[in-house]
Amino acid sequence: MRTEIQTVSRRSRLGRQLQHGDLIFWIVALLFAVLVVVLLAAIIGVTWHGSAVARHAFGWQFLTTSSWNPVNGQFGALPAIYGTIVSSIIALLFAAPLGVMIAVFLNALCPMKLRMPIGMMVELLAAIPSVVYGMWGIFVFIPFFRSYISTPLSKTVGSAVPLFAGPVNVGRGMLVAGIILAIMILPTIAAISRDVLAVVPNSQREAMLALGATRWEVIRHAELPYARAGIVGGMMLGLGRALGETMAATMVIGNTPKIHASLFQPATTAASLIASQLPNANTDLHSSALIYLALVLFLITLVANSIARALVWRVSRTGSGA
Amino acid sequence: MTATAANPNIQMPPAVDAHLVLDGLTIFYGSREAVARTDLTIPRKQVTAIIGPSGCGKSTLLRSLNRMHETVPGARAEGRVLLDGENIYDPAVDPIQVRRRIGMVFQQPNPLRARTIAENVSIGLELDGIGRREKEVAVERALKRAALWDEVSDRLDRPGTALSGGQQQRLCLARALAVEPELILMDEPASALDPIATLRIEELIRELMSDITIIIVTHNMQQAARVSDYTMFMNLNDRGSGGVVEAGPTQMIFTAPKSKQTEEYITGRFG
Amino acid sequence: MAKAIVGRHYRRRVLVNRIMLVLTVLATLISLVPLVLIILYVAKQGISSLSIDFLTQTFRPISFGTTSSGGGVLHAIVGTVIIVGFSLLLAAPIGIMAGIYLAEYPGNSASTAIRFCVDVLSAMPSIVVGVTAYVLIVQRVKSFSGFAGSIALVVLMVPIITRTTEEILRLVPQSSREAAIALGAPKWRTTLTIVLPMALSGIATGVLLAFARAAGETAPLLVTVLGNNNLTFDLFGPMQALPLLAYRYTEQPYKVLNQQAWGAAFLLVVIVLGINILVRIFTRTRSPH
Repeated sequence: MRTEIQTVSRRSRLGRQLQHGDLIFWIVALLFAVLVVVLLAAIIGVTWHGSAVARHAFGWQFLTTSSWNPVNGQFGALPAIYGTIVSSIIALLFAAPLGVMIAVFLNALCPMKLRMPIGMMVELLAAIPSVVYGMWGIFVFIPFFRSYISTPLSKTVGSAVPLFAGPVNVGRGMLVAGIILAIMILPTIAAISRDVLAVVPNSQREAMLALGATRWEVIRHAELPYARAGIVGGMMLGLGRALGETMAATMVIGNTPKIHASLFQPATTAASLIASQLPNANTDLHSSALIYLALVLFLITLVANSIARALVWRVSRTGSGA
Repeated sequence: MTATAANPNIQMPPAVDAHLVLDGLTIFYGSREAVARTDLTIPRKQVTAIIGPSGCGKSTLLRSLNRMHETVPGARAEGRVLLDGENIYDPAVDPIQVRRRIGMVFQQPNPLRARTIAENVSIGLELDGIGRREKEVAVERALKRAALWDEVSDRLDRPGTALSGGQQQRLCLARALAVEPELILMDEPASALDPIATLRIEELIRELMSDITIIIVTHNMQQAARVSDYTMFMNLNDRGSGGVVEAGPTQMIFTAPKSKQTEEYITGRFG
Repeated sequence: MAKAIVGRHYRRRVLVNRIMLVLTVLATLISLVPLVLIILYVAKQGISSLSIDFLTQTFRPISFGTTSSGGGVLHAIVGTVIIVGFSLLLAAPIGIMAGIYLAEYPGNSASTAIRFCVDVLSAMPSIVVGVTAYVLIVQRVKSFSGFAGSIALVVLMVPIITRTTEEILRLVPQSSREAAIALGAPKWRTTLTIVLPMALSGIATGVLLAFARAAGETAPLLVTVLGNNNLTFDLFGPMQALPLLAYRYTEQPYKVLNQQAWGAAFLLVVIVLGINILVRIFTRTRSPH
């Protein structure tokens, strides 16, 4: 009899503790989690507010004007947007096929023991700090590219093909930036493609094998079509990374807010323009224009990444890459 | 209880009339023996059923006949399998060639997800190159042979998965038939289907038999009795591997089995 | 096979197969070449800069006519440690708690909103984050500071930590939670004393990866921290950091400074790649990849 009463009162004490403790914990966890939302809201709010001056001054024309001249207050973002998009597309053109090929190799052909080391090495490409890529670009890649590719090409076909027109001076330009960006986004595409290829059901492969398909034919007809959405999603994610990349682009693209047809001429990207000019912007209009540009950059990457997410749902990679 | 070369309980037609001859075929996963040494023949343009309790190696044996077991790392076969006299396990032979002549239908229907119905059927032909006109003719022919044409002729460009289970399985059959194989291996083709779809598949098997040799693994004895001309019964032996205990005309196996094991399985005492 | 209907294109198919497979191998090699080249080059250039002076002295102006290095990068090392360390102090609790919330209280509308924000933040260009910190802090206070840089880095670190924490918590078997609850433990205690310790190493790897990522970031620091040639411990004034120093010195025409930039880059690469390699080896041996 006595034990029953004791148990009952302990239970009600426990009941209260249960409610209070759990409630407090839930609230605390929720508050911290909401901070994440606050951070994003802060970014959106700040860039919107800080770009107000420039938005009122230029409106949509900001996106279509091509003259960027801080001295006389002209701020047209077209060269920056053009450079961002073109360099990123060049990066994608190189990185996409390579990334998918690497994924195919690692999934289908690589001997089991080598899979981990090689996969890890590919992922390490994404871990190298972007400033180091820029330095390597300046001291190693650009001189090489200039001697063996851009100068000879511009001198031979440059006059006929505007894409390769010279003159090539220091060697900084759109194409070298695109190539270095490609190296940087390669791991993203490879990793996601690997993940989606790995979950193709075996029954699909067997269907092709039973028809007498070669290994490549199985990959081409059963695996790649099945994984197509995910692979494209991975490419969009890579594109998003290239669009937002700052340091490597700044150091090798030449920081010239002009639009040239030639891939060998210097250009600029939104990120590099902001990074190089914001600390020294002395007029309100100047800094506001740069913040406006940041807002535009954010929106462009948001679109690319939303498309990627829609295609890949949640392929979970533990926080991979820069 | 092991099937040896001189197993008196194997009464299949002589090698002269055989489409396939299994000569000392033994299958291993790594060092473990999965199917014991098998010697028998598979008659031409007949339906041969393989029955036995689960885990006795029926599928393994079936898959070794078109070298599909090789997709499992560590799996290997010893001995010979003669297809019209040529050993498919000869080192000079590419499994690709074997699988072109010996087709397969799986337990779970597996149409290619990212392909239309027509593309699913023609994919085997496309591997080798085929003109558009030829392709349309071949697709129609294969779908008719699989008794699916009437149901899908108006929606050939729909995805292969937009069909019921039974229809998908007939699609897979059409896909296998399109490349005009000499033999089709069926691994429990109806076990994932409802009774009506099952019946259709069984009817199809009887029809196809006049052109093609069929080997079907089934855990359903009544199905084996309905559908096949010859039956082989497999069971686990005392070494833990699977072996053919008895084989012969279906009529004989089901009414007058020679081995006690066969009799016990058929009368439902185990399995 | 003599009677085979192997098809007229059999040989071509086999050839195509071989070519494509070779191409995939080539693609992998091509991609690994830059990795090897970069690491080797950074090592070659950077190791020659390493010296006791380099690590323990701060900036010294170069006088004309000398070939000796102008001091060291101590101020940058200290700066990086302070700035990134401070960010970690803020980002870790936020990220871990957010990860706990997403993993332990899934399914409601708050989770969807929070997860969406984590996704968007993880793909946010670092310069945009830097710009935000610039406007919020630098412009307000009219001064560049390590603090502003720290805040920017926090935003970059939180999504990584949140994601890893949530993933690792999801991997903790439900049975562990249920066993505790069946014994009468309240959810908060279950989470803190049972679930979290099981996930601790995974969370630690997330924090380490976030640290590595933040340590290598330059762009947000460019617009918030500005840089400083003196050794300072004041988080609320301009400071120097390793990636920032590497960038600035690279843009200088003086070879001596370029050399120091490589030394700084080498230190960064060793730290960042070292953490990444260790983490990946450790997690691979645990997860069934």
